[in-house]
Amino acid sequence: MSEGANAFDLIFSGEAKLYSIVALSLYVSVCAVALAAFVGFPLGAFLALSRFPGRSVLVVTMNAFMGLPPVVVGLVVFLLLSRSGPLGHWGILFTPRAMIIAQALLVLPIIVALSRQTIEDLWEEYRDELNAMRVGPVRCVVTLLWDGRFSLMTTLLAGFGRASAEVGTVILVGGNIDGFTRTMTTAIALETSKGDLPLAMGLGVVLITIVLAINAMAWGVRRVGELRAG
Amino acid sequence: MHAGMSDLPIHIDQASVRAGDVTILDGVSLAIAPGKPTILVGPNGSGKSTLIRLCMGLIEASSGRITWGGRNNQGERCAMVFQRPVMLRRTAAANIDFVLASGSRSARDERIAQLLKQVGLERLRDRPARRLSGGEQQRLALARALALNPDVLFLDEPTASLDPAATKAVEDIIRSTSDAGIKIVMATHDLGQARRLAGDIAFLVRGKLTEYSTSEAFFTSPATPQAAAFLRGDLVL
Ligand SMILES: Nc1ncnc2c1ncn2[C@@H]1O[C@H](COP(=O)(O)OP(=O)(O)OP(=O)(O)O)[C@@H](O)[C@H]1O
Ligand SMILES: [Mg+2]
Repeated sequence: MSEGANAFDLIFSGEAKLYSIVALSLYVSVCAVALAAFVGFPLGAFLALSRFPGRSVLVVTMNAFMGLPPVVVGLVVFLLLSRSGPLGHWGILFTPRAMIIAQALLVLPIIVALSRQTIEDLWEEYRDELNAMRVGPVRCVVTLLWDGRFSLMTTLLAGFGRASAEVGTVILVGGNIDGFTRTMTTAIALETSKGDLPLAMGLGVVLITIVLAINAMAWGVRRVGELRAG
Repeated sequence: MHAGMSDLPIHIDQASVRAGDVTILDGVSLAIAPGKPTILVGPNGSGKSTLIRLCMGLIEASSGRITWGGRNNQGERCAMVFQRPVMLRRTAAANIDFVLASGSRSARDERIAQLLKQVGLERLRDRPARRLSGGEQQRLALARALALNPDVLFLDEPTASLDPAATKAVEDIIRSTSDAGIKIVMATHDLGQARRLAGDIAFLVRGKLTEYSTSEAFFTSPATPQAAAFLRGDLVL
């Protein structure tokens, strides 16, 4: 019990270090999800609407990659960005940018796979009607993305959940550098191994609260949106 | 794109549609030319909706040929109302706005208001379209199709779930649309309605165009025993 009390003390004492960790975590995960969505939604829509040889291989691969082990993604990005790697000249290993790229790669299959499913189901329903209205392919995609927006928001949440919860990639490519690349999850791992359970607990509580708050907000947006648009 | 080119007449020449080993349309030949409405009648599953889809270019004929205004490419100036229309996830007004190609905001709003009034939905302008009742959705779909300003309007049982007053209203719209020079092709199970609206009748049985004649000839002296049985209300097999 006393440990829990300490954790709350920590949160509400407004310790600057804690806030910087929380802020970096949010920044990295939000950027990663945004980047993954920017690439993933159009890719998901493309997979949903197109038929080409090898498409089902891609679909199955994306579905399987939803469960990619974060450490493996971290390792691959580490190798790419390390000084002797192909992208070593970018010089971004052990920076937040590297963490964003790694998390985006981790989240991308979730966004592609789930949005493909959503858009394909919607296309099944809309195809004849849109074709009868002589709507061109680009406008079809835009319409499907817009009309699927509530389901696609859930896809974003799933992606954000995965990004904000994982340790493996950010610790490998970020290095868990104090005050620079330390996130909530890597800090929890570190503090727990050092035996500073109150701080670890406090961070854990903050992390869960943030995830809850974001989901609650999204739920609210969805409710209001559905009331207005059906 | 082909603003000047009409999609009429639509010539269907020995068209068959097969799905697997099921023959849905079987060697149908039909010409859809300007004039009074062409009404498709026939038992459930006889191929009326499939014939409409074929004319809209939504499906391809497995064999046979179809041309629009003498061209092989499907028409840009056809519109249709589906038997079960799909509403976009937005308001009733936005569903119509979706197909209004151009014009200023105020011009479009005016057109939307006029179309909604025409189908008697002006009160439901800002309702989510998917929350409308079946009959309201069907009327909204009609307004949306009219918004496209087509040469040919295909209607698949447009009054199937409408109350008597709405049915009459839609029949009035069909009549005035037809009088305005838009060709109507409509499937219906309501023989009274067919008689009221039809210029000519196409009678389908199990994918075959069994009888095609003027409305008067079809109702007063059907040429085939199947049509006679159908008109008596007997099961046509
Ligand atoms: N894609 C398909 N695959 C297999 N069978 C199909 C397919 N589409 C339609 N059919 C069959 O073709 C037949 C004709 O269907 P269609 O919808 O054209 O009939 P309809 O005359 O419009 O009937 P209704 O009066 O019930 O609306 C039906 O028996 C239907 O089951
Ligand atoms: Mg039908």
